[in-house]
Amino acid sequence: MQNISKKRTSYQLINKKVPYLFILPWIIGFLVFTLGPLIFSLIMSFFNWPITSEPTFVGIENYKTMFTQDPQFYKSIIITFKFAAIFVPLNLAIALILALLITQPLKGMKFFRTIFYLPAVVSGVAISIIWGWIFNSEYGILNYILSLIGVEGPMWLVDPKWAIFTIVIASAWGVGIMMLIFYTNIKGIPTELYEAAAIDGAGPLRQFFSITIPSITPTILFNVITSVIGALQQLALVLLLTGGGPLKSTYFYGLYVYNNAFKHHQLGYASANAWFMFIVVLLLTMVIFKTSSTWVFYENEVKKEGKKGRRKK
Amino acid sequence: MKMPKGFKIITFSLLGLFSLYFISPFVWVVLSALKTETEVFSYPPKIFPEVLQWKNFVDAWNSQPFGVYLKNSVIVTVLTTIGQLLSCSLVAYGFARYNFKYKNALFILMLATMMIPWDVTMIPLYMEFNMLGWINTLKPLVIPAFFGSAYYIFLLRQFLMSIPKDLENAARIDGANEFQIFFKIFVPIMKAPLILIAVLNILSVWNDYLGPLIYLQDQSKYTLALGLAAFKGVHDLQILPIMSITLVMIIPPVVIFLIAQKYIVDGISGSVK
Repeated sequence: MQNISKKRTSYQLINKKVPYLFILPWIIGFLVFTLGPLIFSLIMSFFNWPITSEPTFVGIENYKTMFTQDPQFYKSIIITFKFAAIFVPLNLAIALILALLITQPLKGMKFFRTIFYLPAVVSGVAISIIWGWIFNSEYGILNYILSLIGVEGPMWLVDPKWAIFTIVIASAWGVGIMMLIFYTNIKGIPTELYEAAAIDGAGPLRQFFSITIPSITPTILFNVITSVIGALQQLALVLLLTGGGPLKSTYFYGLYVYNNAFKHHQLGYASANAWFMFIVVLLLTMVIFKTSSTWVFYENEVKKEGKKGRRKK
Repeated sequence: MKMPKGFKIITFSLLGLFSLYFISPFVWVVLSALKTETEVFSYPPKIFPEVLQWKNFVDAWNSQPFGVYLKNSVIVTVLTTIGQLLSCSLVAYGFARYNFKYKNALFILMLATMMIPWDVTMIPLYMEFNMLGWINTLKPLVIPAFFGSAYYIFLLRQFLMSIPKDLENAARIDGANEFQIFFKIFVPIMKAPLILIAVLNILSVWNDYLGPLIYLQDQSKYTLALGLAAFKGVHDLQILPIMSITLVMIIPPVVIFLIAQKYIVDGISGSVK
């Protein structure tokens, strides 16, 4: 007995330091790769910081220039929000429809689940090449198919009016991740609910709006937030598929920041741009959360919901 | 549950329609990659190649140092996976199985870092790596992985929370120290979520374009994603080699996904609960 109690005290002694040893890797990583850079980026945003010569302190000059003298800043914001306004609802709708389809009690649904998820594992580089070839205005298969049904396809990547839609279509190809999140959520809804509703005479449509949708509102909220954040930061596909063109019609905000930093070498100015986006993302998330209380129904997991992770793209 | 026949027809037509969107681009790449130059640039397009041009792959592979790119991709993918598995499991264990001061605050802080836009830390990170002399090496792509990643830690922690506390108490009474308990008891239990994290990490690192784009300069350091993008940038009209390499590049993730599918589906449902 004495032996046990001795061990107890010794492990309690270790206990105080041990948990911190376990999380130490993350703490170091957080300081060195997240917090440090975050603070440094804020400091840089108050400097004129060319890559070649010494940085000079300019106060809020970068922010002033951004808001008052840089038309591209506003243009890029408008394009980015336009993209988000088209992409987010479309993506959510497709993800939800697909999830509903593959949860139907029919044969072969696993096969379709695999097919729908498949593009989500493909690199942005490959996606841009694959869709670039399909959209190609000279040899593209898409416009050929459209011509078969009597539609004259637009010059997808060359026409400033249409280029943004190529990004939407290519981005939506990776909808599988969101579909899977909806799918597992819908699968988790107790079947008794549907059975009871069916006995009461509710048809599939009624069941969908009265049972399915209310049950998955927390997941919808989560998916809205992650896809808004994702849409606002879209960079890889733009860089690869359109390069911001034609006529800067797809010069998204992410590309604007990237080019200011690595092409025009205005590191201070680009930092100010980035911090502006950071604040926009924070505010947007807060607004979505605040308004969510009117349409999100929690059963018993009020706290857990907010902690859900976001998949890295 | 019985389904009305009309409903069934609608369901399957929708499934078919969506499948077209998700699968036909893959098919088109395969068909394009196997054509001759004349066939691929004919209009109206020829759907099927007359003779399958397998040598396109050999020609494409030899036209650039793709072997070197592949080697770099494999190095980065393998090392980051080791790093993530090690660091994330340790950190998740710390968060899930102990009580300590500021635990909840730190955990929430960790989740909050997932919201930070990539652009904000991009520039200072570049400067930091530059100061360390890591630019144009694979280090910036590899080393951060040894310090964990918030999303993976979160997934593992969710899993570890579901295991009864008695497990480690029994081992402690038997005299095992904390790290023995972690390695001998918990690591084997974590097999499924660790596989999930390995798969997610392999997919995201193999496919990563922006990291290599910013940190790597010499061709000899390129990863496959960057090498392919650079090749496309310079030889925009050489559609055959571009298609062939694209296909080569997407085969590993597709195969890994098909094998590990179960872990992804289960893992995501675990995190939603």
